[in-house]
Amino acid sequence: MSKTRKTPIATGSDWNFEVIAEFEREIARLADEYRLDTYPNQIEVITSEQMMDAYASVGMPVGYHHWSFGKQFLSVEQAYRRGQMGLAYELVINSDPCIAYLMEENTLMMQVLVMAHACYGHNSFFKGNYLFRTWTDASSIIDYLVFARKYVAECEERYGVAAVEQLLDACHALQNYGVDRYKRPSPISAEEEALRQAEREEYLQTQVNMLWRTIPLAGQGLDEDAQDDSDDPLGLHRAGRYPPEPQENLLYFIEKNAPLLAPWQREIVRIVRKLAQYFYPQRQTQVMNEGWATFWHYTLMHRMFDEGLVDEGLILEFLQSHTAVVHQQPFDSPYYNGINPYALGFAMFTDLRRICETPTDEDREWFPDIAGSDWLETLHFAMRNFKDESFIQQFLSPKVIRDLKLFNVIDDDQDEMLTVAAIHDERGYRRVREALSVQYALSVREPNIQVYAADIRGDRSLTLRHVQDRRRPLEKSVYPVMRYLHQLWGFTVRLESIEGDEVARRYQWPLPNEGAPD
Amino acid sequence: MSYFIDRRANAKHKSAVNRQRFLDRYRTHIKRSVEEAVNRRSITDMQHGEKVSIPTRDISEPVFQHGQGGHRSIVSPGNREFDEGDRLRRPSGGGGGDGSGEGGASNQGEGMDEFAFSLTRDEFLDFVFDGLELPHLERKQLMDLEEVKPVRAGISREGVPSRINIVRSMREAQARRIAMRAPIRRALREAMEALEEEECKDPVLRNPSRIQELKDEIERLEKRLESVPFIDTYDLRYNNLVNQPTPSNKAVMFCVMDVSGSMTQSHKDIAKRFFLLLYLFLERNYEKVELVFVRHHTAAKEVDEEEFFYSRETGGTIVSSALTMVDDIIHDRYPPADWNLYVAQASDGDNWDDDSTTCREILSKSLMRQLAYFTYVEITPHAHQALWEEYEAVEADFPSRFAMRQIVEPGDIYPVFRELFRKVEA
Repeated sequence: MSKTRKTPIATGSDWNFEVIAEFEREIARLADEYRLDTYPNQIEVITSEQMMDAYASVGMPVGYHHWSFGKQFLSVEQAYRRGQMGLAYELVINSDPCIAYLMEENTLMMQVLVMAHACYGHNSFFKGNYLFRTWTDASSIIDYLVFARKYVAECEERYGVAAVEQLLDACHALQNYGVDRYKRPSPISAEEEALRQAEREEYLQTQVNMLWRTIPLAGQGLDEDAQDDSDDPLGLHRAGRYPPEPQENLLYFIEKNAPLLAPWQREIVRIVRKLAQYFYPQRQTQVMNEGWATFWHYTLMHRMFDEGLVDEGLILEFLQSHTAVVHQQPFDSPYYNGINPYALGFAMFTDLRRICETPTDEDREWFPDIAGSDWLETLHFAMRNFKDESFIQQFLSPKVIRDLKLFNVIDDDQDEMLTVAAIHDERGYRRVREALSVQYALSVREPNIQVYAADIRGDRSLTLRHVQDRRRPLEKSVYPVMRYLHQLWGFTVRLESIEGDEVARRYQWPLPNEGAPD
Repeated sequence: MSYFIDRRANAKHKSAVNRQRFLDRYRTHIKRSVEEAVNRRSITDMQHGEKVSIPTRDISEPVFQHGQGGHRSIVSPGNREFDEGDRLRRPSGGGGGDGSGEGGASNQGEGMDEFAFSLTRDEFLDFVFDGLELPHLERKQLMDLEEVKPVRAGISREGVPSRINIVRSMREAQARRIAMRAPIRRALREAMEALEEEECKDPVLRNPSRIQELKDEIERLEKRLESVPFIDTYDLRYNNLVNQPTPSNKAVMFCVMDVSGSMTQSHKDIAKRFFLLLYLFLERNYEKVELVFVRHHTAAKEVDEEEFFYSRETGGTIVSSALTMVDDIIHDRYPPADWNLYVAQASDGDNWDDDSTTCREILSKSLMRQLAYFTYVEITPHAHQALWEEYEAVEADFPSRFAMRQIVEPGDIYPVFRELFRKVEA
């Protein structure tokens, strides 16, 4: 030990504010050595009941009221009572300042661990990762949430709880399709939002009215293929499809174009859409985000132990907790619940450091650019510029595949049997890596559904197109979702599943008169 | 930079609204579970909450998802025996999980088909007694004006210092200050203007005595302005309390049960459940509920709860002995003017033949005039006997305060109870 050993800041499992504040300072000092750039931390000490409240509102410190959050709360409460779930671990809000919660029942070790994990791990990820930088505005989210809550409450007063709930149900069903995947949204700011809201209501309505005006514009319908049609001598139906390009953001399209929505309803669609957009990066960076935070709590705790700031009792308690968190159940275990993002992420970041510090020949072959490079620089680079999909594609090493014994199975409904396509061997590494990367791609996980056409000159029906990916059909839940979509649109909605160039299936709501859904 | 905030003192139950919304939305489901629970539960545990399950599909929040089928590629951890190219039988019950890494540290669903959660005791009882109403709750409100409750009744000028309403007092004080100072201020302003005008004049034209006069005036006015008190006794306002008569919050429930040889333990259990439901129900409507247990065979006796339900007696049955006893107890201890009186009687319907008419007489002549409600449950699968017939006559005389039902098996208790206390649509 080169450094002089200090005495532990505290021993035992009890904590108080002075002690955790001192630990926090030490963690901050070490994090600074590792160049972890964070938002300021707002660390809130709360009770377990408050923690359950926080969990239930899916990580929003202030949320509008909706029964689904109540459902969430009840299930969290049930799990906690049965002891199936430690609430302790972390809850951290991507905001500036970054809000993290410490539960008062936690032991001292847990408080230190959560601070290292959330306040420096997650926090630096929120601030550094390109997706968060591009898609979310940490400084304004809390204000926006307050605005949203107030607005929804006002609507409930004015139009009734039932009407608002109905609308929110419909919006929630479509919220995964309420994001701009490629275009950066304008940052949301609560003040502006409130100021412009009334103005926008009016403006939006005029926009919609423009769109639905049935008077044809002169000069339209003169394209070559629209020759004279005896059914349509005035060319009313020849103006081309609307929207001209398919739209991926369903909620945005509805907000701007649904013919019958009242202004307040459009505003609520917008609120749900904005919040979906805020959570969008989190859905794409689970492995990285948890892996990064876990890697840093592990590293920081060990540094503190090396410096003598924590004693052996605490580090042992920590190791036990850490091991449980990064444990990966094998696929045939009754407790298997998918790949544990903590385990995979932690293994990858740890291995990345190993590749930089002590590369083997295999590493030099697989990662010629980074083998032997400065590990801290490489890790920061990886954290900043990737999402799960590309992170795995770039950095999943043969060693991690071997350690986790990953294998790839192909399940094709045209084949009676399953086929093991690749395992953790020389021939399989690349295929496993490819397959795992695809597994984390949001575009593959969620059906690709876009707005294809709105028949603004005819029956006002809305048509969506689902481009089938590897022949995978839609789940039955498509019908209730279509019903919600119909509520929002107000006229018939159709959905076509496209396989190749052909329409493989059609769905419609309201159901065509004869025949029930199969 | 970091800072700590201690939020432990903040309100918890932030999710209470959402929780209530959820319960409201699935009211019918929860009610079904609660009804089942009431029938299933042992009697002593009525005081707890209840675990309720709702089929997951009924409360799912649908989204667009991939269904089964098509071509899928799954990566899973923990390979032990497979080699590339192995062919496996498809496991029944749908693929090996898609392992897309959903859910963070915890997963609530766990592939359960039921969404389970717990109701608190209050929520549980709310559901148990949902839509029920005590008949004649309002009767006692008119009769006893002895019980009073202080209630806030606006603001008054008199009161004790502990009830000073600071905001209102300060507002009054400010209004008074403004009102009292305004004329002085006006006079002061005029004097100052006059003085200024005077001083602006050419020295030759100045009137020194006038200036002195004005200066004195200004000084005097400023003093007066200062002497307007900041707060005066006149300003003080007090929160006013008045005594409001309240309806009696006391109820007494008489449990009357036949313990003759023909009543088996299972009869008694059924009766006990019925009494318990009634007790809980009364407890929700009155602040204080007293219980009186009267059991009888040929003679009636007032006993404690334990003895009431569990000790056995043999012999014949004379129902009127119990009714007479109840009447006496009311007379001695529970003046009808102060107490809401409820009688619940359980029996298997046996009685001495000539006694049944006596029962009717006691009820019609004396008891029914004092009671808020009389319920009679007959626990028997057999045909009714004389007692039932006589009671039917009483029911005809007091249709709104007398109710009787037959219970055959434990499952009937709750429906019968609900029927007895159904909310009467106005």
